[in-house]
Amino acid sequence: MSDPVAERIQSEITTNPVMLYMKGNAMFPQCGFSARVVQILTHLSVPFKTANVLEDPALREGIKQFSQWPTVPQLYVKGEFIGGCDIVMEMFQSGELTTLLSDKGIPHQIAA
Amino acid sequence: MAMVANEIEGLIKEALPDARVTIEDLAGDGDHYAAAVVSETFRGKSRVQQHQMVYAALRGRMGGELHALALQTSIPE
Repeated sequence: MSDPVAERIQSEITTNPVMLYMKGNAMFPQCGFSARVVQILTHLSVPFKTANVLEDPALREGIKQFSQWPTVPQLYVKGEFIGGCDIVMEMFQSGELTTLLSDKGIPHQIAA
Repeated sequence: MAMVANEIEGLIKEALPDARVTIEDLAGDGDHYAAAVVSETFRGKSRVQQHQMVYAALRGRMGGELHALALQTSIPE
């Protein structure tokens, strides 16, 4: 059984250490929740890649199946699903996000 | 389609009977809510798993008729 969308996602989250599925792109987020995650990653100077689910209905549906998670944005670090906006926000505020990035060997720093 | 706050609370409590649920209608439009859910059943689960339990309780409405539910889960003190 092969599911091209799931294969695409698996390949993207494996190739890109920090991968964000979102509405819009990093320059022009098209949803407040997506914008907030971009803001956090940018604030931490984390290199990340994005995929715009609004441009691809199959991806928009497929990403929800893939993670069993009903909403976008979805953040993946080193192939692992970290969470959506609420969780990323909570982890950022508690400092867990920077710990996770350090543990996974992702370069980051607090923007001055 | 919007959902009313006590409908959301009802669905969560049906699935997690011990849950303490606080819902706030953020924009007053019946479409953007914040929910805080406190339940013993979250113990030992990751945040992703805790949120998935609440989403499961909402039976597919999340991401559909319920566009925006800011969710915060925790375990009773």
